[in-house]
Amino acid sequence: MGKKRSAGEINSSSMADIAFLLLIFFLVTTSMSTSTGLSRRLPPPPPPDWKPQETEINKRNLFEVKINSENKLLVQKVEMSLGELKEKAKEFIKNEANDPDMPVLFKVNIPLLGEMSITKEHVISLQNDVDTQYQAYIDVQNELVAAYNELRDELSKERFGKLYNELDEEHQKAIQAVYPMKISEAEPKKYGGTQ
Amino acid sequence: MAQIRKNKERSTPALSTSSLPDIIFMFLFFFMAITTMKEVTFKVRVSNPLASEVEKLENKSLTRYIYVGKPMEEYKKVYGSETRIQLGDAFADVSELQRFIVNERSAMKEEEQPLMVVSIKADKETKMGIINDIKKELRNANALKINYAATKRSKID
Repeated sequence: MGKKRSAGEINSSSMADIAFLLLIFFLVTTSMSTSTGLSRRLPPPPPPDWKPQETEINKRNLFEVKINSENKLLVQKVEMSLGELKEKAKEFIKNEANDPDMPVLFKVNIPLLGEMSITKEHVISLQNDVDTQYQAYIDVQNELVAAYNELRDELSKERFGKLYNELDEEHQKAIQAVYPMKISEAEPKKYGGTQ
Repeated sequence: MAQIRKNKERSTPALSTSSLPDIIFMFLFFFMAITTMKEVTFKVRVSNPLASEVEKLENKSLTRYIYVGKPMEEYKKVYGSETRIQLGDAFADVSELQRFIVNERSAMKEEEQPLMVVSIKADKETKMGIINDIKKELRNANALKINYAATKRSKID
């Protein structure tokens, strides 16, 4: 017998290219897209024997934002456009002038910042009608978050010379202590129709 | 010693590339495994509301989605054109939400259960009534970390 006839080798050098093509195709088509959104925390469920009651929140600590079925805003009993809401909310949360209609200021010693007067008991209450549009609700939520973010940025710029997001965790905590985000996700009331 | 080195010319051996496809295939499978093609087949039309202060949802494995919107064209005959809720791959009623959350949560690892985030993906045209119902059910199911899905837009000034 002669030599065994060897089957001709298949040239596999292009295999790598094919695999690369597949890889790149998958990288492009699959969505690495991260979902984005506004994060919130709901209050814990009421105990079974709970009855709605007048809460003892001091009136001056409460910032009421109501949205009616036509997506119009009523802020602190005054009609307002969405654009004005942020400034109003910032003014309220900060209460620089110690206005008696705005939340009570407390002197608190905060690590890294020293003594600050903060409105730690303020609450922003957001109420909506059943027919309010979701986009309008998100817009309002967004403006309120923006108000907090701007206040935090302002303070951190002033004290640390950096934006809030660029700070390390410890400094962020300190800023958060000055401006804690307090947006109440209260049960909505059907207020529009009855008045 | 000298006789081992033949008088052949010395040349660097060609780098074997035969394992390259295997490496690339490993990459490929890795990416196929970690990326998700899509979460579910949408039965409701959801076009996210816009917001400027959005944050990223870091951990996808901890997130469960609730879709709220009007049914797609092909389902309109059966389900009507009113706003509906979609849980997983099926239409659902608000009353089923609590069971869904409990099921999903018990399927997670125990240490991850308190970290569960429920993302509400609602169409921007949705009325708040149904969102309020969902929020109430979520509270009852003790799923308190929620997220309103929104797409980033620039600030209005």
